[in-house]
Amino acid sequence: MSDQTPVLECKNLSISYYTRAGEIPAVVDFDVTVYPGESIGIVGESGCGKSTVAMAMMQHLGTNGAITGGQILFKGRDMTQMTNDELRTLRGSEIAMIYQEPFASLNPSMKCGEQLMEVPLYHEDITEKEARARARQILDDVQLPDPDRVMDAYPHQISGGQQQRVVIAMGLLSNPSLLLLDEPTTALDVTVEAGIIKLIADISRKFNTAQIYISHNLGLILETCDRVFVMYSGEVVEEGTIDSLFTWPRHPYTHGLFGCIPLPTADKHAAPLKPIRGQLPLPHERPSGCFFNPRCDHMVPGRCDTTLIPMEHVEGSAKDHRVRCCRWQELDRDAAVPSGEAKPAAEIGDTVLNVDHMKKYYEVHDRSLKAILSGQTTRYVKANQDLNFSARKGETVAIVGESGCGKSTFAKVLMGLETATDGAIMVGDVDLAALGVRDRSAKQISALQMVFQNPFDTLNPSHTVGSQIGRVIKRLAGVDDDEKVRERVFELLDIVKLPRDFYYRRPRQLSGGQKQRVGIARAFAGNPEMVIADEPVSALDVSVAAAVTDLLTDIQREYQTTLLFISHDLSVVRYLSDAIVVMYLGWIMERGTTEQIFQPPYCPYTEALLSAVPIADPEVTKREIVLEGDLPSVMDPPKGCPFSTRCPSRIGEICDNEPPPQQEAAPGHFITCHIPMEDLKKVEPVIHVPTADERLHSQKSDQAETTN
Amino acid sequence: MVLIMAVVSFLLFALFETDKLDVAGKVLGPYSSVEQREIWLENNGYNEPFLKRYVLWVGNALRGDFGQSIELKVPVSQVLGDRLANTGMLALALFALMIPIALAMGIFAGMKEGSLRDRTISITAVATTSIPEFASATLLTAIFVFWLGWLPGTSSMSSGFEWQQLVLPVAVLLLYDVGYVARMTRASMAEVMTSQYVRTAILKGIPYRRVVLKHALRNALIAPFTVIMLQLNWLLSGVIVVEVFFAYKGFGSLLYDAALFGDIYLIEACTLVAVFVAVFSQFISDVGYTLLNPRIRF
Amino acid sequence: MADDAAGTSSTDGATPTPQRPSLPRRVFGTLALLRESPLGMVGAALVLFWVLMAVLAPVLPLYDPLEPLTPFQSMGATAPDGGTLWLGTDHRGRDILSRVIWSSQRVLVWATLATVVAYIFGMAMGCVAGYLGGWWDEVISFFANVLLSFPVMILFVIIVTVLGASGMNIVIAVTFASAPAIMRIVRGLILDLRTRDYVYAAQTRGESPWFIMLVELLPNARGPLIVDACLRLGYTVVAIATLGFLGLGLPPPEPDWGMMIKEAVPLGSFAGREMVIPALALSSLILGFNMLADGLREISLRD
Repeated sequence: MSDQTPVLECKNLSISYYTRAGEIPAVVDFDVTVYPGESIGIVGESGCGKSTVAMAMMQHLGTNGAITGGQILFKGRDMTQMTNDELRTLRGSEIAMIYQEPFASLNPSMKCGEQLMEVPLYHEDITEKEARARARQILDDVQLPDPDRVMDAYPHQISGGQQQRVVIAMGLLSNPSLLLLDEPTTALDVTVEAGIIKLIADISRKFNTAQIYISHNLGLILETCDRVFVMYSGEVVEEGTIDSLFTWPRHPYTHGLFGCIPLPTADKHAAPLKPIRGQLPLPHERPSGCFFNPRCDHMVPGRCDTTLIPMEHVEGSAKDHRVRCCRWQELDRDAAVPSGEAKPAAEIGDTVLNVDHMKKYYEVHDRSLKAILSGQTTRYVKANQDLNFSARKGETVAIVGESGCGKSTFAKVLMGLETATDGAIMVGDVDLAALGVRDRSAKQISALQMVFQNPFDTLNPSHTVGSQIGRVIKRLAGVDDDEKVRERVFELLDIVKLPRDFYYRRPRQLSGGQKQRVGIARAFAGNPEMVIADEPVSALDVSVAAAVTDLLTDIQREYQTTLLFISHDLSVVRYLSDAIVVMYLGWIMERGTTEQIFQPPYCPYTEALLSAVPIADPEVTKREIVLEGDLPSVMDPPKGCPFSTRCPSRIGEICDNEPPPQQEAAPGHFITCHIPMEDLKKVEPVIHVPTADERLHSQKSDQAETTN
Repeated sequence: MVLIMAVVSFLLFALFETDKLDVAGKVLGPYSSVEQREIWLENNGYNEPFLKRYVLWVGNALRGDFGQSIELKVPVSQVLGDRLANTGMLALALFALMIPIALAMGIFAGMKEGSLRDRTISITAVATTSIPEFASATLLTAIFVFWLGWLPGTSSMSSGFEWQQLVLPVAVLLLYDVGYVARMTRASMAEVMTSQYVRTAILKGIPYRRVVLKHALRNALIAPFTVIMLQLNWLLSGVIVVEVFFAYKGFGSLLYDAALFGDIYLIEACTLVAVFVAVFSQFISDVGYTLLNPRIRF
Repeated sequence: MADDAAGTSSTDGATPTPQRPSLPRRVFGTLALLRESPLGMVGAALVLFWVLMAVLAPVLPLYDPLEPLTPFQSMGATAPDGGTLWLGTDHRGRDILSRVIWSSQRVLVWATLATVVAYIFGMAMGCVAGYLGGWWDEVISFFANVLLSFPVMILFVIIVTVLGASGMNIVIAVTFASAPAIMRIVRGLILDLRTRDYVYAAQTRGESPWFIMLVELLPNARGPLIVDACLRLGYTVVAIATLGFLGLGLPPPEPDWGMMIKEAVPLGSFAGREMVIPALALSSLILGFNMLADGLREISLRD
């Protein structure tokens, strides 16, 4: 590849933002060379500067950002020296960008077609008619069904996945040499994401487009890129080919990241996650020397914390594997493979929750003229269809599904914020299905508590941490004495490993992970029997998420609490849970123990879901199942099987017209599908995890050691 | 809209015409005897039940018959028509000047948020909206009438139409309103300019002029349109002070005189008309908002 | 916030028991934020100046605002008792400086009272409409729409004509005009806040709707409400002064700015100073309120 001229080169690039507090360096000493057709991944946690790099490559840093050093060469021309007009001719034609939030990126008051046509109209000498034909053609290329409708539609009239396809089409219209993708699938559901990723890969192969792929998700980078750059706090700490870096990461931070990801080899008892301690430093509070040194287990005072560490080539591995660590040669591979201590498995007791034919329908009043004319002003949204499952004491049951699957509705009914339409929810020997929270006794309320998803509004910003936890103790644990409440709050802060002086802090002084810890303390303050955790870590960075996940399981194990874990992320679920319930559009598609769900027979939806989740381990292989189309709306679900519109194994009209039966595959393992059980049992496993012997790992490391 | 008008009219009627003897007292003057008042009430159908009187009153009002002005001794509809036309002229002049100036100020300020241009325009706008109408009327009169002597101090138009007499009233209203609408436009424009779709448009490589004119403006003008329509409601308040100050024979001074004199029929009519204009402009602004904003469709 | 904050292994066991920061420190910390907005500082200074004038009016060495000295004295003239008339006297010989300062007290006291009353009603209605929703919302919102469809000054004129001109009636008129607008703002804020997770957390522990409204929701609406209150105080001062100017405001003989202008206008150019000084005083106070509100909004957006 090296004989080709690079599309883009960044040399010693430094970028700063200017704020009231002065100059804040956002990116320092960034080097990258991109060749035609290559795809480069930039991975890192929030605030590491990865998006800033992308905006710098577009020369669009806003009024308070500036390039303070180095060069960005696009096909040999320095972009930092270009005039606005020169930049304008590059943007959109030579370099195109695809954004994280497709809806916000499209102009709400212009038709999609017009927005697409602008690109060729302003970059090429072309008539309006030709531009329209081109736009129409590219929509076909990105596999949008009914391109003519999309041309004439406003962005809000099409679904999220379709919007992202339009944004991609816009980026590809002028056949650019370089495509920048800034978290292009983060806002999408995982089965939709899989389709988009495949599309991007196919198209860039077809047009030989170079890509820079920015993501926080190591698994995604593995699936999409040739080379990867790991960023931490504004600098690249390690770079290399996917194979070299993923098999043997050299930098302690990269190691740390892998230790935080629930890979299929992780196990919450035998090989738990090992979180990176501490948190990302704020840009103006970076330590001297290696930015990672305060969080590093291998830090040596005097060496790691004095001067800036340069990038060094890793001898004995691929030629472009470089690392920014002064001790990489001394670090022993085995010592560096992070893995937490083994912990005893929790005992699982009697059934505490039994959901029996629970249904929740919402009435929706449609006041539009069309509805009034047709007489259908009231419609029912079937948010939960006939749910059946149970959970035992000390057990972790995961409810998995994409948006609109009804998992959050179920949580609301269970917590009493809504009442069920039909069926029973037995907690102990009380049926809570029809009891709203105001009708429940203090004991019933305190038995069930919840950890919420969004760290930014799980706590009330107006009150101190102490008073918010204290309120729960007063109400639910029945403690009245102020002094005792205070003592108990301190105990809880100790349990969630927060310093006691957080008692007087307000939520805005806390980081996301700390807020989630307080949220967990609050949930456990009333000594609950069961805790419902609604995506508790999905908004957190991986290293922080691992610590919070760990904490949650530790407390659960200690108090023998039942945990209902609601999530869209099968990797976390596989790691955490004992049993899994898979939901789709209000239906339970499959339920069973974790092993049963991850092995055949599968419900075709589970199969697709398993295939769609990216795994950050190059040796794990997956069978590729890419679903077509988007999730149907809950307002207007398919008549028969909810999955019939996208199902790759659809067997006929019966799928479209009749609700599927529940079949028992094994004791406790239920699959909702029309396909006969014997056929379901014939499918191959989706994920293949190599056994220890098969692992390349050991061989490679041997090789590396001999060459050393 | 109809419901609101119905409730407003009922409230007004109840407020002013529940006490029948008081109505008669207003019409016949403070020195009329109780007997005279009762005879008047009987002759004018006031002894009918309250609701029936209300329905009749509404029926007449819908036909444009608001009764006889107590003070002016002419049909209310007649004076009201003349005065509304005068105020309409004032409003027309105001809007014709205000809309282009305010939108231009707002758009130029909002295009580059935080720039010197933005700060200058914003501070000017705050300053002008901070001066209450009668205070600015006072100050402008002091400067242009007493000190420079360029303009007449009253605008009664007693000797026919003179445009000079229109300058000060319009200037006073303009001073306040331009600042207000400009601030709203600026806020809307600034928000749109920092939106992701404008960033997309810039990074698509289309010329900056087109980004502003085609992508930003259309979205940025939705909010100011609503605000401008709602200025009609504000104007009906504003004209009272301005017309009284400059003795302009318009709707505002008519209502004011009616209130001072206790001319209840005139007050009722003026208020109904004012509320109708306000509610109708709200309706137009709602409809306009839906038409301008493709995100909302019936 | 040091690294130990999220420490997982380093902070095992109990950490030292902390002390609560003192109240003055917390209040002062909040006020210091305003320093970041120059606009807000100027506004705060203007408002503070007039508030100080209003509070100190009884102790300042001023002439009686009602006592006629010599009419039409110019600025800096000598009073009969040998003192200086810094701003001169009006057409009836009353000291303009004294009248302007006493006006500020009268206007500010009534404006504050009226705004507070309007806020009490507006917040109560907004909370109920926003949080309870359903029929409560329909009824309260309709009522608010009816009142808001009156042009403000017309509503004032009608209420004052029917009830008569007095301080309390102005409070009533302001409440009718402002409470629906406040209700709309509060309702909007509550509708937004009620979907936050901490509200669900409170609901799932069985808190009463009143607790949720007062403890969980309203404190978080305070930012926009403080900004609005600042603007609204300004509007109310204008309303009181305007009514004074129309002769429908606070009853004489004690002065207020609107009334001072009303008395001076018929005299024409003889009373230029008598008109301009209260107009400037009033405008500077309103400018202060508006700039303070802008500054506060700017700060709250940053946070």
